[in-house]
Amino acid sequence: MEELVPISALQHYVYCPRQCALIHVEQVWEENLYTLRGQRLHQTVDVPDSALRDGLRVERALPLWSEKLGIVGRADVVEFLPDGTPYPVDYKTGPRRARRADEVQLCAQALCLEEMLGRAVPSGALYHHASRRRREVRFTAELRAEVEKVVAEVRELLGNDRLPAPAADSRCRDCSLVEACMPHALRGLPAWLEREWK
Amino acid sequence: MISQLLNTLYVQTQSAYVHLDHDTLVVEVDKTVRLQVPLHHLGGLAVFGNVLISPFLIHRFAEDGRSIVWFDQNGRFRARLVGPVSGNVLLRRAQHEAYEDPDRRAFLARRFVTGKIRNARHVLLRAMRDYPDVGSRVEAAARELENCLKEANRATDLEEIRGVEGRAAAVYFSVLDCLILNKDAAIRFEVRTKHPPRDPVNSLLSFAYTLLAHDCASACEGVGLDPQVGYLHALRPGRPALALDLMEEFRAFLADRLVLTILNRRQISEKDFIERPGGAVLLTDQARRTFLEAYQRRKQEEITHPLLRQQVPVGLLPHIQARLLARYLRQDAAEYAPFVAR
Repeated sequence: MEELVPISALQHYVYCPRQCALIHVEQVWEENLYTLRGQRLHQTVDVPDSALRDGLRVERALPLWSEKLGIVGRADVVEFLPDGTPYPVDYKTGPRRARRADEVQLCAQALCLEEMLGRAVPSGALYHHASRRRREVRFTAELRAEVEKVVAEVRELLGNDRLPAPAADSRCRDCSLVEACMPHALRGLPAWLEREWK
Repeated sequence: MISQLLNTLYVQTQSAYVHLDHDTLVVEVDKTVRLQVPLHHLGGLAVFGNVLISPFLIHRFAEDGRSIVWFDQNGRFRARLVGPVSGNVLLRRAQHEAYEDPDRRAFLARRFVTGKIRNARHVLLRAMRDYPDVGSRVEAAARELENCLKEANRATDLEEIRGVEGRAAAVYFSVLDCLILNKDAAIRFEVRTKHPPRDPVNSLLSFAYTLLAHDCASACEGVGLDPQVGYLHALRPGRPALALDLMEEFRAFLADRLVLTILNRRQISEKDFIERPGGAVLLTDQARRTFLEAYQRRKQEEITHPLLRQQVPVGLLPHIQARLLARYLRQDAAEYAPFVAR
């Protein structure tokens, strides 16, 4: 049987393959990622709950899976429009910035919902906590194809259990795993040893 | 929890009760609140003797990855809080595989020992620079350590590496007394004694090494390494061999230098020790408190990590080195380089 890929890993992978491997292979920083930023925010959305708000049925912390893609996860929030169409909303702590990684993650949730409920899920939204604004994402054919490609790549990464080399680029500045990753130290290690450790 | 060095709270008031109140830790003595600290200031808790800790506080600490260490009233280790088995089974397997591979095992043992010798030598060189009249014996010892270093670098056999390490330690301790500028007759160092220490300097050194060993064990566990599977130190049930390996590179830099500073500044003097019949020498509560405060302050000081080229608090060095070691074991880094003071 193929390993199930966590939906959150897709987002990590698109941002940085090494970040993905650090979290899902090395298992080093999951707790830190959340303790640092998301924990407070997710406390409000992480409790399984079902409620009616403004005439919409709202499900929180809804388990998601797709047997076709072999992915599994949990939606922060799924709203059900009056006609019954599911509308996933993912909560982000960062600023309101379009990130492909977030879109891929949200679209993967939509693909799960389509398979679970047998209904088309044409769009969803990213909620940016910093600005308290929503940004709608349309699940285009192109985005759906990208999800499938990313799932396959992540499955391979998790299967071979080696860490990809550090990025050591501008992504590292915003990355909460930079201390576990040591991108610059590891890049500089051979030269440093040559110089200092004769 | 590598990102932030937080304070360790030491509680040695007997019959104190430590418990959780929302997100703060409360210390009560005789049902009176003595201290209240927000959890986000705390990295760990160390208690000595008869100090009670509420189960909810223990659960919370385990969940957050904060440490709790229990000592007896004399500062001897009793127990440590361990949460759910952390992290990466692949890392622990790699740790065992490196143990089974004679070359990798010797490589790591060599690096720990050379790190130790370099840092010991550094303490001597520093003393020679700061106090030009410490004497030619210190200079000779520093030269001898230089030779040990060369030998250790060449050694490929574990026994040989351990032999060089023993010799280097003897050379280093043979001149440690020259570095004690406080001329009190009671504060002299002749030879390293332990189990139990038999003079004040040795009892301070032992206490410092105990604290350091636990910090190194926590660092190993913090990155998902098994503190008991080491390379230089032989495996023995109950012995945290990897924590002891990792500690080698910090003994002189963190423990010895602090002990010397405290003695030279006369922050601790003859009256702070209790001699027991037969010759064991213990620290008084006051001496322990003074030392813990100094240790805590030292851990907050920032230095530039030579490889990371980044300012880091001294107390995080064991965590950083444990992380680098884990990277080497997982073959993410080509080599392991011990911390070396400048």
